[in-house]
Amino acid sequence: MQNDRLIIAGREFTSRLFVGTGKYKDFAETQKAIEASGADVVTVAVRRVNITDRSKENLLDYIDPKKYTILPNTAGCYTVEDALRYARLARAAGVSDLIKLEVLGDERTLFPDTAGLIEAAKVLIKEGFIVLPYTNDDPIVAQKLVDIGCPAVMPLAAPIGSGLGIRNPYNLKIIMEMVKVPIVVDAGVGTASDAALAMELGADAVLMNTAIAGAQDPIAMAEAMKYAVYAGRLAYKAGRIPRKLYATASSPIEGMLQ
Amino acid sequence: MAEVIQIQVNGEQRDCRAGSTVGDLLRELAIKTERVAVELNLEIMDRTDFEHRNLKEGDRVEILSFIGGGAPMDIHGIGRGSVHAE
Repeated sequence: MQNDRLIIAGREFTSRLFVGTGKYKDFAETQKAIEASGADVVTVAVRRVNITDRSKENLLDYIDPKKYTILPNTAGCYTVEDALRYARLARAAGVSDLIKLEVLGDERTLFPDTAGLIEAAKVLIKEGFIVLPYTNDDPIVAQKLVDIGCPAVMPLAAPIGSGLGIRNPYNLKIIMEMVKVPIVVDAGVGTASDAALAMELGADAVLMNTAIAGAQDPIAMAEAMKYAVYAGRLAYKAGRIPRKLYATASSPIEGMLQ
Repeated sequence: MAEVIQIQVNGEQRDCRAGSTVGDLLRELAIKTERVAVELNLEIMDRTDFEHRNLKEGDRVEILSFIGGGAPMDIHGIGRGSVHAE
Protein backbone atom coordinates (compact mmCIF):
# COMPACT_ATOMS: atom_id res chain seq x y z
CA MET A 1 0.00 0.00 0.00
CA GLN A 2 3.08 2.21 -0.27
CA ASN A 3 1.93 3.99 -3.39
CA ASP A 4 -1.76 3.89 -2.66
CA ARG A 5 -2.19 7.64 -2.73
CA LEU A 6 -5.46 9.47 -3.03
CA ILE A 7 -5.35 12.26 -5.58
CA ILE A 8 -8.03 14.96 -5.75
CA ALA A 9 -7.61 17.90 -8.11
CA GLY A 10 -3.89 17.21 -8.37
CA ARG A 11 -3.40 17.15 -4.60
CA GLU A 12 -1.99 13.97 -3.15
CA PHE A 13 -3.09 12.57 0.20
CA THR A 14 -1.63 9.70 2.20
CA SER A 15 -4.54 9.21 4.57
CA ARG A 16 -7.98 8.31 3.33
CA LEU A 17 -9.63 9.61 6.47
CA PHE A 18 -10.86 13.22 6.42
CA VAL A 19 -11.89 14.72 9.74
CA GLY A 20 -14.02 17.61 10.92
CA THR A 21 -13.07 19.89 13.81
CA GLY A 22 -16.46 20.62 15.35
CA LYS A 23 -17.86 19.58 18.73
CA TYR A 24 -14.59 19.05 20.56
CA LYS A 25 -14.13 20.12 24.18
CA ASP A 26 -11.32 22.52 23.27
CA PHE A 27 -8.67 23.13 20.65
CA ALA A 28 -6.12 20.99 22.49
CA GLU A 29 -8.42 17.99 22.26
CA THR A 30 -9.14 18.78 18.61
CA GLN A 31 -5.45 18.83 17.90
CA LYS A 32 -4.78 15.52 19.67
CA ALA A 33 -7.68 13.77 17.97
CA ILE A 34 -6.62 14.95 14.53
CA GLU A 35 -3.10 13.82 15.17
CA ALA A 36 -4.33 10.39 16.33
CA SER A 37 -6.53 10.06 13.25
CA GLY A 38 -3.58 10.47 10.91
CA ALA A 39 -5.80 12.58 8.63
CA ASP A 40 -4.34 14.93 6.01
CA VAL A 41 -7.58 16.74 5.23
CA VAL A 42 -9.28 18.70 8.01
CA THR A 43 -12.58 20.53 7.61
CA VAL A 44 -13.32 23.86 9.27
CA ALA A 45 -16.23 26.28 9.33
CA VAL A 46 -16.22 30.02 8.71
CA ARG A 47 -17.82 32.15 11.40
CA ARG A 48 -17.75 35.58 12.97
CA VAL A 49 -14.67 36.37 15.02
CA ASN A 50 -15.57 36.92 18.66
CA ILE A 51 -14.78 40.61 19.01
CA THR A 52 -15.84 40.99 22.63
CA ASP A 53 -13.53 38.29 23.94
CA ARG A 54 -10.25 38.34 22.08
CA SER A 55 -8.67 35.87 24.48
CA LYS A 56 -10.28 33.10 22.45
CA GLU A 57 -7.62 31.41 20.44
CA ASN A 58 -7.61 30.73 16.73
CA LEU A 59 -8.20 27.18 15.54
CA LEU A 60 -5.43 27.53 12.99
CA ASP A 61 -2.95 28.10 15.80
CA TYR A 62 -3.60 24.46 16.63
CA ILE A 63 -4.03 22.99 13.18
CA ASP A 64 -1.09 24.02 11.10
CA PRO A 65 -2.17 24.75 7.50
CA LYS A 66 1.32 23.78 6.40
CA LYS A 67 0.86 20.30 7.82
CA TYR A 68 -2.80 19.73 6.99
CA THR A 69 -4.98 20.50 4.02
CA ILE A 70 -7.62 22.84 5.43
CA LEU A 71 -10.98 22.27 3.82
CA PRO A 72 -13.42 25.07 4.72
CA ASN A 73 -17.09 24.18 4.50
CA THR A 74 -20.32 26.05 3.96
CA ALA A 75 -22.03 24.25 6.84
CA GLY A 76 -25.22 25.85 8.04
CA CYS A 77 -26.12 27.30 4.63
CA TYR A 78 -29.66 26.66 3.43
CA THR A 79 -29.66 28.80 0.30
CA VAL A 80 -27.44 29.05 -2.75
CA GLU A 81 -26.73 32.71 -1.91
CA ASP A 82 -25.55 31.87 1.61
CA ALA A 83 -23.37 29.02 0.40
CA LEU A 84 -21.74 31.29 -2.20
CA ARG A 85 -21.19 33.99 0.40
CA TYR A 86 -19.49 31.62 2.84
CA ALA A 87 -17.40 29.97 0.14
CA ARG A 88 -16.12 33.36 -0.99
CA LEU A 89 -15.43 34.41 2.60
CA ALA A 90 -13.52 31.17 3.17
CA ARG A 91 -11.35 31.89 0.19
CA ALA A 92 -10.86 35.50 1.29
CA ALA A 93 -9.70 34.24 4.69
CA GLY A 94 -6.79 32.95 2.76
CA VAL A 95 -6.23 29.23 2.86
CA SER A 96 -6.97 27.97 -0.65
CA ASP A 97 -9.55 27.52 -3.39
CA LEU A 98 -10.83 24.31 -1.81
CA ILE A 99 -14.38 24.32 -0.53
CA LYS A 100 -16.57 21.62 0.92
CA LEU A 101 -19.87 22.76 -0.50
CA GLU A 102 -22.98 22.17 1.56
CA VAL A 103 -26.38 23.50 0.63
CA LEU A 104 -28.77 22.07 3.16
CA GLY A 105 -32.41 21.39 2.46
CA ASP A 106 -33.91 20.85 5.86
CA GLU A 107 -32.91 21.46 9.47
CA ARG A 108 -34.11 18.19 10.86
CA THR A 109 -32.34 15.85 8.47
CA LEU A 110 -29.62 18.20 7.21
CA PHE A 111 -30.05 16.44 3.91
CA PRO A 112 -28.55 18.28 0.97
CA ASP A 113 -30.67 20.41 -1.32
CA THR A 114 -29.20 18.85 -4.44
CA ALA A 115 -30.77 21.31 -6.88
CA GLY A 116 -29.24 24.19 -4.90
CA LEU A 117 -25.99 22.27 -4.61
CA ILE A 118 -25.59 21.90 -8.37
CA GLU A 119 -26.48 25.55 -8.91
CA ALA A 120 -23.98 26.77 -6.33
CA ALA A 121 -21.27 24.39 -7.56
CA LYS A 122 -21.58 25.74 -11.11
CA VAL A 123 -21.05 29.31 -9.94
CA LEU A 124 -18.10 28.48 -7.69
CA ILE A 125 -16.35 26.33 -10.29
CA LYS A 126 -16.64 29.22 -12.74
CA GLU A 127 -14.97 31.41 -10.09
CA GLY A 128 -12.07 28.98 -9.84
CA PHE A 129 -13.02 27.10 -6.69
CA ILE A 130 -12.21 23.42 -6.23
CA VAL A 131 -15.63 22.22 -5.15
CA LEU A 132 -16.05 19.08 -3.07
CA PRO A 133 -19.81 18.70 -2.77
CA TYR A 134 -21.63 17.10 0.14
CA THR A 135 -24.42 15.28 -1.63
CA ASN A 136 -27.06 12.61 -1.34
CA ASP A 137 -26.51 8.95 -2.12
CA ASP A 138 -28.08 9.62 -5.50
CA PRO A 139 -25.96 8.38 -8.42
CA ILE A 140 -27.59 10.72 -10.95
CA VAL A 141 -26.87 13.80 -8.87
CA ALA A 142 -23.32 12.55 -8.26
CA GLN A 143 -22.78 12.23 -12.01
CA LYS A 144 -24.20 15.70 -12.63
CA LEU A 145 -21.77 17.15 -10.09
CA VAL A 146 -18.90 15.48 -11.90
CA ASP A 147 -20.16 16.71 -15.27
CA ILE A 148 -20.08 20.32 -14.12
CA GLY A 149 -16.51 19.93 -12.86
CA CYS A 150 -16.38 18.65 -9.28
CA PRO A 151 -13.10 16.71 -8.85
CA ALA A 152 -14.66 14.42 -6.20
CA VAL A 153 -18.11 13.80 -4.79
CA MET A 154 -19.00 13.27 -1.15
CA PRO A 155 -22.21 11.31 -0.74
CA LEU A 156 -23.63 10.80 2.74
CA ALA A 157 -23.80 7.43 4.46
CA ALA A 158 -26.60 8.62 6.78
CA PRO A 159 -27.76 11.98 8.19
CA ILE A 160 -24.98 14.16 9.60
CA GLY A 161 -24.20 13.26 13.19
CA SER A 162 -26.69 10.38 13.24
CA GLY A 163 -24.16 7.56 13.63
CA LEU A 164 -26.49 5.28 11.69
CA GLY A 165 -23.71 3.99 9.48
CA ILE A 166 -23.97 2.96 5.83
CA ARG A 167 -27.71 3.02 5.23
CA ASN A 168 -27.67 2.49 1.50
CA PRO A 169 -24.61 0.49 0.50
CA TYR A 170 -26.10 -0.35 -2.89
CA ASN A 171 -26.55 3.25 -3.97
CA LEU A 172 -23.06 4.09 -2.76
CA LYS A 173 -21.73 1.13 -4.73
CA ILE A 174 -23.53 2.33 -7.86
CA ILE A 175 -22.04 5.81 -7.39
CA MET A 176 -18.58 4.26 -7.05
CA GLU A 177 -19.05 2.27 -10.24
CA MET A 178 -20.67 5.07 -12.20
CA VAL A 179 -18.63 8.08 -11.29
CA LYS A 180 -15.01 8.35 -12.42
CA VAL A 181 -13.74 10.69 -9.70
CA PRO A 182 -12.84 9.91 -6.07
CA ILE A 183 -15.80 9.23 -3.78
CA VAL A 184 -15.58 10.43 -0.21
CA VAL A 185 -18.30 8.96 1.99
CA ASP A 186 -19.27 11.91 4.14
CA ALA A 187 -21.45 11.92 7.24
CA GLY A 188 -23.37 9.32 9.20
CA VAL A 189 -20.55 7.03 10.27
CA GLY A 190 -20.99 5.88 13.89
CA THR A 191 -18.08 3.62 14.67
CA ALA A 192 -15.01 1.97 13.19
CA SER A 193 -16.84 -0.87 11.41
CA ASP A 194 -18.95 1.69 9.51
CA ALA A 195 -15.79 3.35 8.22
CA ALA A 196 -14.28 -0.02 7.29
CA LEU A 197 -17.47 -0.98 5.43
CA ALA A 198 -17.43 2.26 3.44
CA MET A 199 -13.87 1.55 2.38
CA GLU A 200 -14.61 -2.12 1.61
CA LEU A 201 -17.39 -0.97 -0.69
CA GLY A 202 -14.75 0.91 -2.65
CA ALA A 203 -14.95 4.43 -1.29
CA ASP A 204 -11.77 6.41 -1.88
CA ALA A 205 -12.01 8.11 1.51
CA VAL A 206 -14.30 8.70 4.47
CA LEU A 207 -15.07 12.05 6.10
CA MET A 208 -16.34 12.20 9.64
CA ASN A 209 -16.63 14.51 12.62
CA THR A 210 -19.22 13.50 15.22
CA ALA A 211 -18.21 9.82 15.32
CA ILE A 212 -14.84 10.92 16.68
CA ALA A 213 -15.64 14.16 18.52
CA GLY A 214 -18.75 12.68 20.16
CA ALA A 215 -17.11 9.44 21.33
CA GLN A 216 -16.46 9.04 25.04
CA ASP A 217 -12.75 9.02 24.28
CA PRO A 218 -12.35 11.02 21.06
CA ILE A 219 -8.62 10.46 20.79
CA ALA A 220 -8.94 6.67 21.06
CA MET A 221 -11.79 6.72 18.54
CA ALA A 222 -9.71 8.82 16.16
CA GLU A 223 -7.05 6.14 16.25
CA ALA A 224 -9.66 3.40 15.76
CA MET A 225 -10.93 5.23 12.69
CA LYS A 226 -7.44 5.48 11.28
CA TYR A 227 -7.05 1.69 11.42
CA ALA A 228 -10.61 1.04 10.24
CA VAL A 229 -10.15 3.15 7.12
CA TYR A 230 -6.78 1.55 6.48
CA ALA A 231 -8.08 -2.00 7.05
CA GLY A 232 -11.12 -1.37 4.88
CA ARG A 233 -8.93 -0.07 2.08
CA LEU A 234 -6.59 -3.08 2.34
CA ALA A 235 -9.54 -5.48 2.28
CA TYR A 236 -11.02 -3.72 -0.75
CA LYS A 237 -7.72 -3.97 -2.61
CA ALA A 238 -7.24 -7.58 -1.52
CA GLY A 239 -10.66 -8.60 -2.88
CA ARG A 240 -13.06 -10.36 -0.59
CA ILE A 241 -14.38 -13.90 -1.11
CA PRO A 242 -17.86 -14.30 -2.53
CA ARG A 243 -20.71 -14.89 -0.09
CA LYS A 244 -22.08 -18.45 -0.13
CA LEU A 245 -25.01 -19.94 1.71
CA TYR A 246 -23.29 -23.20 2.74
CA ALA A 247 -19.98 -24.11 4.30
CA THR A 248 -16.79 -24.90 2.45
CA ALA A 249 -14.29 -26.80 4.59
CA SER A 250 -10.97 -25.10 4.91
CA SER A 251 -9.09 -28.14 6.24
CA PRO A 252 -8.40 -31.06 3.83
CA ILE A 253 -10.37 -34.28 4.27
CA GLU A 254 -7.45 -36.29 2.91
CA GLY A 255 -5.35 -37.95 5.65
CA MET A 256 -8.16 -38.24 8.15
CA LEU A 257 -8.36 -41.44 10.26
CA GLN A 258 -10.38 -44.24 8.70
CA MET B 1 -11.29 65.62 20.09
CA ALA B 2 -11.45 63.58 16.92
CA GLU B 3 -14.84 63.18 15.34
CA VAL B 4 -16.56 59.90 16.14
CA ILE B 5 -18.72 57.87 13.78
CA GLN B 6 -20.96 54.89 14.43
CA ILE B 7 -20.41 51.64 12.60
CA GLN B 8 -21.62 48.07 13.05
CA VAL B 9 -19.08 45.31 13.61
CA ASN B 10 -20.27 41.70 13.61
CA GLY B 11 -23.76 42.90 14.37
CA GLU B 12 -22.83 45.22 17.23
CA GLN B 13 -22.85 49.02 17.24
CA ARG B 14 -19.47 50.55 17.81
CA ASP B 15 -17.89 53.98 17.96
CA CYS B 16 -15.02 54.57 15.67
CA ARG B 17 -12.70 57.51 14.99
CA ALA B 18 -13.62 59.30 11.79
CA GLY B 19 -11.03 58.67 9.12
CA SER B 20 -9.84 55.35 10.48
CA THR B 21 -9.37 52.45 8.09
CA VAL B 22 -10.43 48.82 8.22
CA GLY B 23 -6.82 48.03 9.13
CA ASP B 24 -7.07 50.43 12.10
CA LEU B 25 -10.25 48.71 13.26
CA LEU B 26 -8.63 45.26 13.11
CA ARG B 27 -5.67 46.51 15.14
CA GLU B 28 -7.97 48.12 17.67
CA LEU B 29 -9.77 44.78 18.05
CA ALA B 30 -6.42 42.94 18.26
CA ILE B 31 -7.32 40.77 15.28
CA LYS B 32 -4.47 39.48 13.17
CA THR B 33 -5.20 40.17 9.54
CA GLU B 34 -3.92 36.82 8.40
CA ARG B 35 -6.70 34.23 8.05
CA VAL B 36 -9.59 36.58 8.52
CA ALA B 37 -12.06 37.64 5.89
CA VAL B 38 -13.67 41.06 6.05
CA GLU B 39 -16.96 41.96 4.48
CA LEU B 40 -17.76 45.65 4.25
CA ASN B 41 -21.41 46.40 3.46
CA LEU B 42 -21.81 42.88 2.03
CA GLU B 43 -18.78 43.22 -0.20
CA ILE B 44 -15.82 40.94 0.49
CA MET B 45 -12.67 43.00 0.79
CA ASP B 46 -9.34 42.31 -0.72
CA ARG B 47 -6.77 42.01 2.05
CA THR B 48 -4.55 44.60 0.38
CA ASP B 49 -7.32 47.20 0.71
CA PHE B 50 -7.55 47.01 4.52
CA GLU B 51 -5.20 49.95 5.02
CA HIS B 52 -6.71 52.11 2.28
CA ARG B 53 -10.38 51.75 2.96
CA ASN B 54 -11.78 54.43 5.28
CA LEU B 55 -14.77 53.61 7.41
CA LYS B 56 -17.88 55.73 7.03
CA GLU B 57 -20.87 56.41 9.27
CA GLY B 58 -23.24 53.43 9.22
CA ASP B 59 -20.79 51.00 7.64
CA ARG B 60 -21.49 47.36 8.36
CA VAL B 61 -18.37 45.30 8.91
CA GLU B 62 -18.27 41.53 9.27
CA ILE B 63 -15.03 39.91 10.39
CA LEU B 64 -14.85 36.15 9.97
CA SER B 65 -12.38 33.42 10.62
CA PHE B 66 -12.15 29.65 10.78
CA ILE B 67 -13.62 27.73 13.69
CA GLY B 68 -14.11 24.07 14.42
CA GLY B 69 -16.62 22.60 12.04
CA GLY B 70 -17.56 19.67 9.95
CA ALA B 71 -20.86 18.88 11.46
CA PRO B 72 -23.28 21.78 11.41
CA MET B 73 -24.50 21.85 14.97
CA ASP B 74 -24.90 25.00 17.03
CA ILE B 75 -24.18 26.97 13.95
CA HIS B 76 -25.87 30.16 12.91
CA GLY B 77 -25.47 32.24 9.86
CA ILE B 78 -23.91 35.67 9.74
CA GLY B 79 -26.32 38.06 11.38
CA ARG B 80 -27.96 35.34 13.41
CA GLY B 81 -25.90 35.45 16.56
CA SER B 82 -22.22 35.31 17.27
CA VAL B 83 -20.51 31.99 17.28
CA HIS B 84 -17.22 30.73 18.52
CA ALA B 85 -16.47 27.08 19.19
CA GLU B 86 -15.45 26.47 22.75
